[in-house]
Amino acid sequence: MKKLINKPEDVVTEELEGLALAYPDIVKVHFEPDFIYRADAPVKGKVALISGGGSGHEPMHGGLVGVGMLHAACPGQVFTSPTPDQMLEAAKMVNSGAGVLYIVKNYTGDVMNFEMAADMARSEGIRVLNILIDDDAAVKDSLYTAGRRGVGTTVLAEKIVGAASEKGYDLKRMADLCRKVNINGRSMGMALTSCTVPAAGKPTFDLPEDEMEIGIGIHGEPGRERMKVKTADEITEMLALAIIEDPTYSRTIRELDEEKGEWVDVALEDPPFKAGDQVLAFVNGMGGTPAIELAIIYRKLHEICEKKGLKIVRNLVGSYITSLEMQGCSITLLKMDDEMIKLWDAPVKTIGMRWGM
Amino acid sequence: MPITTVDVLTCLRKMADVIHENKEYLTDLDSAIGDADHGINMDRGFQAILKKLPSVEDKDAGTILKTSGMALVSSVGGAAGPLYGTAFMQAGMAIAGKYELEAEDLLAILDAALKGVVMRGRANLNDKTMVDAITPAVNAMREGLGNGAGTVEALEQAAAAAEKGMQDTIPMLAKKGRASYLGERSIGHQDPGATSSYLLINTMAEVARANE
Repeated sequence: MKKLINKPEDVVTEELEGLALAYPDIVKVHFEPDFIYRADAPVKGKVALISGGGSGHEPMHGGLVGVGMLHAACPGQVFTSPTPDQMLEAAKMVNSGAGVLYIVKNYTGDVMNFEMAADMARSEGIRVLNILIDDDAAVKDSLYTAGRRGVGTTVLAEKIVGAASEKGYDLKRMADLCRKVNINGRSMGMALTSCTVPAAGKPTFDLPEDEMEIGIGIHGEPGRERMKVKTADEITEMLALAIIEDPTYSRTIRELDEEKGEWVDVALEDPPFKAGDQVLAFVNGMGGTPAIELAIIYRKLHEICEKKGLKIVRNLVGSYITSLEMQGCSITLLKMDDEMIKLWDAPVKTIGMRWGM
Repeated sequence: MPITTVDVLTCLRKMADVIHENKEYLTDLDSAIGDADHGINMDRGFQAILKKLPSVEDKDAGTILKTSGMALVSSVGGAAGPLYGTAFMQAGMAIAGKYELEAEDLLAILDAALKGVVMRGRANLNDKTMVDAITPAVNAMREGLGNGAGTVEALEQAAAAAEKGMQDTIPMLAKKGRASYLGERSIGHQDPGATSSYLLINTMAEVARANE
């Protein structure tokens, strides 16, 4: 597989160096441990919003660091969770004293690394809360799996909760907001091709020329179902209906109980979508899919939402949470209320998303 | 003949070699039911351990293992980092201050490692994870020592049990980790975490045998 890289083991480092050079007014980069943070951090009086995950999903998360969104992002090796020391040092760098909220995508590795990081940060006197994003409707239940993966809603949460920080929300209110965004968002993705992790040198899975994978995650891992490629409209229908017709989703996740100082089980429930709901429609490219195709997907999604009585009040179309050069797309629908709409509209200035300033 | 800190260091170095030799194999296993990076990550982790060893060569075995665990946590990432890191750190705490290890200490190491993994990852038996290799190993070692086996023999019994546990993951349906998203497609593939656990336990047995 041809790639525009130098040595595979230097990919993440060189990427970070490039970003720091290209956007010195937006971000700074810290190495060993690696993290990318707002050029104006720490921001006095504001809760610091931090996320992170494997590299290979750009612009998420490093490209979403800046005013109105993340205060710091911790990049792991490609498709590999970052390590606790990264999240700890990032917290120390951007904490203004108002505490830190970690947005954690629900993958086994991310969850454990961020839990260890939260424990470490707290033992150093930093107030931390972790909120999980687990919005992937492709995963049917959590009794026999590691739970729904954190995918598209993550980007939306980072924007909405980032704006809340800017508005002066305190840590608990931000955590509650983030939890609300998570339970109101659902996503589903598909792939036309696999992707190639630089260090591995070959595609993560073999997908025949005439087949597609439905229900993929974002790490090049195989999905739930493989079938012959269908038209864009048929694919959009499969993804959208899987989201719209998904019933109430109940599960238990772990959150930090600040008072008790320990991790406790929390029961969460995602309500199903219903006619009359206001939604944000997010059509996301997996990295290798051209914009022309994303617009075709959006066209059909708009029609389906209309048919189902969902009112699209905001949208996002582009490649925001990717899997290297994978061709494919994901759809996210997020039920919006007035608070979320206002926060979505608030100004933002990051490498990957910028409006209002 | 007790195991000394020199043997512990030798074992860690041999583990690094074994992981390195099996890097592609582990990554291939992880391609089938994961995200194709287990071998790469574990190799990076053990190379990080190697870099730390000179600074703890004169320390007790507990410190050596704890330091190794911390090196893994900060270099491996993914799920393997916290799990193996916690395993090594808990193992180190179980033998804190010791420069010589008897059979019971080795059992304590494996037992603490397993408890750490279960505490951190909350996997049960038959979830198709490293727990499915380490649990039989701990049981076999405990049983072996109880039946009067020597250190080396008991470790070899543990390694054999780990190997069987690793193979037993093949028909299992994954209920934890990335493999669990595949549902029934995870059946028929050997778990990468169980495989690396077996390799590490087997190395312990081989080093003990070579040391006799």
